[in-house]
Amino acid sequence: MSLLVSMFAYPFIVRAFVVGALVSLCAALLGVPLVLKRYSMIGDGLSHVSFGALAVALACGFAPLWFSIPVVMLSAFFLLRIAESSRVSADAAIAVLSASALATGVIITSLTTGMTTDVDSYMFGSILAMSRADVALSVTLAVAVLALFAAFYHPLFAVTFDESFSRATGVNVSMYKTLLSLLTALTVVLGMRMMGAMLISSLVIFPALSAMRVFKRFRSVVVFAGALAVGCFCLGLAASYLLSTPVGATVVMCDLAAFLLCAAAGRK
Amino acid sequence: MDEKTLLACRDVSLGYEHKPLLEHLDFEVRAGDYVAVLGENGSGKSTLLKSLLGLTPPLAGTIDRSAQKAGRLGYLPQQTPAQRDFPATVEEVVLSGFLNRRGLRLFYDPHEKSQALMHMGKLGILELRGKCYRELSGGQQQRVLLARALCAAGELLILDEPVTGLDPAASQDLYKTLRYLHDREGIAILMVTHDVDAALREAKTILHIGQKRWFYGTVEEYLRDESGKRFGGANK
Repeated sequence: MSLLVSMFAYPFIVRAFVVGALVSLCAALLGVPLVLKRYSMIGDGLSHVSFGALAVALACGFAPLWFSIPVVMLSAFFLLRIAESSRVSADAAIAVLSASALATGVIITSLTTGMTTDVDSYMFGSILAMSRADVALSVTLAVAVLALFAAFYHPLFAVTFDESFSRATGVNVSMYKTLLSLLTALTVVLGMRMMGAMLISSLVIFPALSAMRVFKRFRSVVVFAGALAVGCFCLGLAASYLLSTPVGATVVMCDLAAFLLCAAAGRK
Repeated sequence: MDEKTLLACRDVSLGYEHKPLLEHLDFEVRAGDYVAVLGENGSGKSTLLKSLLGLTPPLAGTIDRSAQKAGRLGYLPQQTPAQRDFPATVEEVVLSGFLNRRGLRLFYDPHEKSQALMHMGKLGILELRGKCYRELSGGQQQRVLLARALCAAGELLILDEPVTGLDPAASQDLYKTLRYLHDREGIAILMVTHDVDAALREAKTILHIGQKRWFYGTVEEYLRDESGKRFGGANK
């Protein structure tokens, strides 16, 4: 208990807690349809694009968030289009895009500022990165994602389960998919600076995978994934405070542990 | 227009931009019909299906989709690999068939729920309703999707290769179910299939599409027709 009190005495930890918990929740909710539709790597691709965009923003002196959000949203839109077209295989396209974005980011930083701590924190995350604006933005995002899930739960289920049936019965499939990818882009940009470009996609993938091991009802999978993500984030944050380890990596380890537990429980 | 017409193609051409696969296609599906669509790979069966569902517009001509517009069309698509390990209960899947009948409401109403139960009962999957979709056999999964299609359909069912991946016993079961829905429930069926034997045995009408040529008529007429002799004759 005294640990919690001393932890939350630091304002930056409070901010990190709020942003992290909300981003984890959103990532987990969006992750369920993304994983089921075999778009798991989109989160990963987007985080690399986000890294490239942040590097460009830093070098040119743009406001990092306001520059990278539109760039990442645009790439999310294109990634989805690529994933839909049968001409290029989606996983290869995502790999190409993410490697190129990462390379762009690395070259630009080495030409301008060099590999500073800023850049390091973009790659692997930093608990110090959250500003007041981030808190406001992540609260807005969380509200948007939760509202989306509540209002469009049934069509989202139908689109995730069977696109062709949904299309034939008159559901606007592309709208839902675009919405999904744009919200994912926002989540990735917000979460990236705390979790790190290399690690953020775990927030999208792990909770959904873990929940699917244990539950058989779609609704339970969604609810459990959200709850598990928040739980793992809190554990990870506390552990990183105690052990002085980087917060992103610690949260991923918690997610991994939860996944292993769920996988074991699902086998019975 | 006859009000019993559920789906009609009038002078329709299908294909890609500069390459029509099929021209001047003319046919209609009416209440009580059982149509099998046959044709070689690449003859345009899936393009036809997309146009019939209103997903891609035809190159020329008009398609009258009255059943779909009235929300009376059910569709059984081919399964995707992603579906086979989907975490959802049978009941959740079946209820999603009502999506076209509702605006944005948070819950399905009791009437829809009881209808879904009825459809599940009809297809013999009522006791599976709490089960997870991914734990079912291929034949059971197909029944679940058929129940979902029934929730969306009142008058016309469109099926895309319904027995693909099913073992012979499960295929026979599925055909029996379709016959029941057609004979007893009065639902018109349009089924795209590779299974020529079953098409000749089950359907009343055949739509055969081939290179630049198409045939539409009863099974007897089809067997006398050139394409029927070539396609179905080997099975006789």
